[in-house]
Amino acid sequence: MNARLGNVWLPTATLWWREIVRFYRQPTRIVGAFGTPLLFWLLLGAGLGASFRPGGAASGPNYLEYFYPGTIVLVVLFTAIFSTISVIEDRREGFLQAVLVAPVPRSAVVLGKILGGTTLALGQAVLLLAAAPFLGLHLTLVSVAFLTIILFVIAFGLTTLGFLIAWRMDSTQGFHAIMNLALIPMWLLSGAFFPAAGGPLWLRLVMAANPLTYGLAALRRGFYPTGLPVGPEVPSLLLSVVLISGFAVLAFWIARIETNRPLTVGLA
Amino acid sequence: MSFAYGETRALDGIGFAVRRGEIFGLLGPNGGGKTTLFRILATLLKPARGSARVAGVDVATEPHLVRRHIGVVFQAPSLDVKLTVHENLWHQGHLYGMRGAELEERIDTMLGRVGLRERRDAIVETLSGGMRRRVDLAKGLLHRPALVLLDEPTTGLDPGARLDLWSYIEEARSREGLSVLITTHLMEDADRCDRLAIVDRGRIVALDTPDALRESVGGDVIVARTHAPAALAAAIQERFSEQVEVIDQTVRVRRNRGHEFVPLLFNAFPGQIDAISVGKPTLEDVFIQRTGHHLWSEQP
Repeated sequence: MNARLGNVWLPTATLWWREIVRFYRQPTRIVGAFGTPLLFWLLLGAGLGASFRPGGAASGPNYLEYFYPGTIVLVVLFTAIFSTISVIEDRREGFLQAVLVAPVPRSAVVLGKILGGTTLALGQAVLLLAAAPFLGLHLTLVSVAFLTIILFVIAFGLTTLGFLIAWRMDSTQGFHAIMNLALIPMWLLSGAFFPAAGGPLWLRLVMAANPLTYGLAALRRGFYPTGLPVGPEVPSLLLSVVLISGFAVLAFWIARIETNRPLTVGLA
Repeated sequence: MSFAYGETRALDGIGFAVRRGEIFGLLGPNGGGKTTLFRILATLLKPARGSARVAGVDVATEPHLVRRHIGVVFQAPSLDVKLTVHENLWHQGHLYGMRGAELEERIDTMLGRVGLRERRDAIVETLSGGMRRRVDLAKGLLHRPALVLLDEPTTGLDPGARLDLWSYIEEARSREGLSVLITTHLMEDADRCDRLAIVDRGRIVALDTPDALRESVGGDVIVARTHAPAALAAAIQERFSEQVEVIDQTVRVRRNRGHEFVPLLFNAFPGQIDAISVGKPTLEDVFIQRTGHHLWSEQP
């Protein structure tokens, strides 16, 4: 057992590093993961800015400001998804085949892959924090540290979710379908795009059940340490941190169990 | 050992042993059970019944220990094409607990053996198919396994690259006392094995050295091409009481002193034979004799 544990970190680190190297060798991935959300933000922020009145409040953040944390989460989501989608092809013909027959615990395989995706997502999200001063948001060292931790948890959770979806899937088309039908709506209904307040009850319930709602709330509160501006109600900081962390831990736990079960898809 | 995918029985009571330092071949058509067997030995599937051992360790109950002893070269390349040759081997070494100077030294040795030392820093996607296969082989042998499993390693290679690959495999065997298990559907590959198991529909139908297998067929093989194979076969059978087979529109007869039989056939059935050939039995004839069908043809 000790030999197995001592055996986890070297493979985890090597698989993590591989993800990083692959990413910077493919510049188009950077454009896709970073450029698209940024474009969304600027276009939607400009277009919807005039008509946006969160929760019917007369004053409050403008849309560019409201949409800012959501944009960061979208960057995280895109990067997480694109870094896990490779699992599907990799397992059938590629690098992952050889990893699966190596004397490496499955948890190292999972952790290396997920930490790789998490690092890439986190790196881009932190870069986006540089836009905060232009929105009039004042960031301190402490708030940046807090935001980074929250972003890490969100990135870890979303990358793990992507990994779980990809693990048993046998085609990338299937993955794209899930991305459009589940992951993008998950983001849309997290409070990133519009607040829950003012929507019909069913929508508010769906949003309350969405784990990403709490990731976004924690992030939003992190930007306003002295209290949120007048505007839509947002889950409390404590609740948000607990629930989004719980989501990340649960996803990882399921991923560990899943990867230890024998694979059938794509191996026949 | 047996294995089934749902209702489909892929392996049906297979048993054999690979000796130390031996190149052991599994010859058979695609879909005959070779790849299933390969995946069980590579610890990716568990046998439904029976067991397989590598260096005395059971693949089903202790896959983790088996993985240390085996090197696996998959049919589909397992290289990361965005990484360099060196990076691929470097990650592989880490997965097997090798690191630092020891790992660098071993990578250099292996790259020298497969003749790719100058391409060390090339991104894999810029290499030819033959070179990639050699990197894959170097990768599978990096951690000095006792047994290397090769799944159709020469598929898609041109004849030159195939010969190269074989010389690397044979060199690794003689230098490191490696045992090699290779699956193939190609006669050229099968001929190079020390011993060969012919696998068809989940069973081993023959197991011996390629020479002994060929000799077991005996005599010469006469292959006649005709427009009405079934009729000709029946007629030959009646007239000469020989064992005759019709395979892929050709009539095949096994007989000693085959060259003397050819004129007899022509005289007996004038105008019915379009072309005829006489040869020593090949591994394909062995396969046909044991299974009743061609290696390439669809199974009945």
